[in-house]
Amino acid sequence: MINKVVSNVKVAIQDIKDGDTLMLGGFGLCGIPENCIAALVEKGVMKLTCISNNAGVDDFGIGLMLQKRQVKKMISSYVGENAEFERQLLSGELEVDLIPQGTLATRCMAAGYGMPAIFTPAGVGTEVAEGKEVRNFNGKDYLMEYAFNADFAIVKAWKGDTAGNLIYRSTSRNFNPVMAMAGKVTIAEVEILVEVGELDPDHIHTPGVYVHRIFQGSNYEKRIEQKTLSVKS
Amino acid sequence: MLDKNGIAKRIAKEIKDGYYVNLGIGIPTLVANYIPSGINIVLQSENGLLGMGPFPYDGEEDADLINAGKQTITTVPGSSIFDSAMSFGMIRSQKIDLTILGAMEVSENGDIANWKIPGKMVKGMGGAMDLVASAKNIIVAMQHINKAGESKLLPSCTLPLTGVRCIKKVVTELAVLDILPGGGFKLIERAPGVSVDFIRASTLGKLFSENSVPEMNLD
Repeated sequence: MINKVVSNVKVAIQDIKDGDTLMLGGFGLCGIPENCIAALVEKGVMKLTCISNNAGVDDFGIGLMLQKRQVKKMISSYVGENAEFERQLLSGELEVDLIPQGTLATRCMAAGYGMPAIFTPAGVGTEVAEGKEVRNFNGKDYLMEYAFNADFAIVKAWKGDTAGNLIYRSTSRNFNPVMAMAGKVTIAEVEILVEVGELDPDHIHTPGVYVHRIFQGSNYEKRIEQKTLSVKS
Repeated sequence: MLDKNGIAKRIAKEIKDGYYVNLGIGIPTLVANYIPSGINIVLQSENGLLGMGPFPYDGEEDADLINAGKQTITTVPGSSIFDSAMSFGMIRSQKIDLTILGAMEVSENGDIANWKIPGKMVKGMGGAMDLVASAKNIIVAMQHINKAGESKLLPSCTLPLTGVRCIKKVVTELAVLDILPGGGFKLIERAPGVSVDFIRASTLGKLFSENSVPEMNLD
């Protein structure tokens, strides 16, 4: 079996350079590639375009890269909860492309399925449609949206094997599988790295063919954004 | 006049046995507290979960298990997890029976604005544009009038749109209204103690009403 393991996070991200376009998995702070983000901050690559549903919070997730002004452009569906983001946006330091969440996911999916574009009704008749081709199918209008073209996809999975097969846990799956499929180079960090043969082929979410590099991460903080509890009655 | 829980309670009566339902953030989230007993429904959270359960007890929260509002949640028996593309796939292909979401403005032809106020920090539309563009049945939970007493049910929206000609029913603190296929709000029910005249005065969009309109039953 082809071995995709790299020794550590530094090796995994070593050829990411200024001006690259990155996809980063996660929804809010759930399922984000914490180790790779920390290493990108340490490496100090600049002028990045980041495709990610959200932009982290001030002191965690992509927020850490924003603090170091490493991000030139964000492509996201929702970017609340981040004061530094707001400051950079209002001062013009940061470009932001806000797109519907389903469009974001499906533009990733299209890239992973080898399709150049998709048609979606999301945004028809709104400012999202400006400048886009509209096609009518069966009496309903749809916008043409292009597949993403990302230099690197960086994802977080729960378990992975040395062949790059991935299994996600609970709702930390979110954008990770579709982004894993969509990168020219896909880097996966996992909580548990096992030998080939230890994962049931029927349980694989992302086949290893999509994953170029895999490593076992460490010190996962897994910060909770909105801890909300039921009260025992 | 209804409070937020009253609006949620009234909307809950629209939910039928066997529905798959997506609840937006705010008042729609409260609807989950008022699902009539004896009705089986499945709540979808668009970050990738069918079968959302209540919030966890202290100590049982799981950072990997959140809803679309990024709150810690639980699953119910029979739940399933999937990726974001599939999540919006089931929304786009109308497998989700009912979407309940909030709005800042709704127009008499069913347009909705709920994501952007010019001049204020824009946080993004999240999944709202996908939901309103595809759902076959959308109920909007919103305030009928703003704090200055101005109507938010308008001839046409003044704020940037989230979707066009997609809303069919609106529940406010004052009334239940349907949006007619040919345009216009049709007054269906009044909130307890609210007069037709007051609703008429609070609705800037075209309003159609019978002389006698029943009061909501919130039991």
